[in-house]
Amino acid sequence: MTDLLAISVLPVSLTLITFLAGQKLQKKFRSPLLNPILISVILVLIFLSFTGLPVADYKAGMGTLSWLLTPATICLAVPMYEQFQILKKNLPMILAGVAAGAVSCLIMVAGFGILVNFESILTISLMPKSITTAIGVALSEMMGGMPGVTTAAIVFTGIFASIMGPAFCRLFRLTDEVARGVAFGTAGHVIGTSKANELSPLTGAVSSLSLVVAGLLTAVVLPLFSNFI
Amino acid sequence: MKYLSQFCIILGFTMAGEALQRLLPLPIPGSVWGLALLFLALCLGIVKTEQVKDVSSFLISVMPLMFVAPAVGIVENWSLISDQLLPIFLLLAATTFLVFGISGCLTQLLMKKGGGRHD
Repeated sequence: MTDLLAISVLPVSLTLITFLAGQKLQKKFRSPLLNPILISVILVLIFLSFTGLPVADYKAGMGTLSWLLTPATICLAVPMYEQFQILKKNLPMILAGVAAGAVSCLIMVAGFGILVNFESILTISLMPKSITTAIGVALSEMMGGMPGVTTAAIVFTGIFASIMGPAFCRLFRLTDEVARGVAFGTAGHVIGTSKANELSPLTGAVSSLSLVVAGLLTAVVLPLFSNFI
Repeated sequence: MKYLSQFCIILGFTMAGEALQRLLPLPIPGSVWGLALLFLALCLGIVKTEQVKDVSSFLISVMPLMFVAPAVGIVENWSLISDQLLPIFLLLAATTFLVFGISGCLTQLLMKKGGGRHD
């Protein structure tokens, strides 16, 4: 059994099958709680604990697929470029909103971490919580954080923003479609964007632009905090 | 062949990004450099959207799959976070709420002031 893990066939197919199952469930029940990543992670963990296969071997086996994450992240430039063309007129307002959200997010997480005395490795792992996993995990790794915690924080944040977003819109009196998109993309990255797409196509487009800009900005600003945490 | 050449272009930007990460003394991941370079190349017309469109759509659509393995890795860090779950959840919920408000409200305010119109 162990050599099946080693040659990646088992880890990759296990991930693929559980992820597809998660996607099916989400399509059927249309609940953001049924996030495919979340379902896949839970099923993989159940499988590993039942078979007694080590997590490290599973992760090593997934290495054959994981290297594609960097080229996939780079591809985000394509939709970003397309939305830049569509949203040209509103760009300054969008960029200002995203910048304010992304920077305040880092300040708040760092401040909270210092306040409740988190270990710095934990604060660093939580700081990229609102950006896309692609950039967030790479950042966490580079800064010496824990990629597992970062991924969990990012998925939780996205699901939370997706479920609570419509209520937040009412609470903050966000009626403007562009402003709503900025809020969903900056606070809830890809998962929030799927909710934004349900509200309106314009909100979805702004949201997907916002999530890439927020990710880029966080990548540039986050390292500046490394001396304070 | 179309897919191969598209993948080749994307891999070229990946390599350039990884090289920049190693050459420049900034803690910015290679993926971010690559993204910025490809965006620039698209803006300058060096690369046309059609030259990368199909493969990039595919790679973006399978991207969530690659997050499963790092998320599973959370069990390796479990001891460090298990006794701080409540403050962590509070932190995540509160900051998500505030970031949503700050970014959305500022944009809405500027849209009204600047008389920004939707296309």
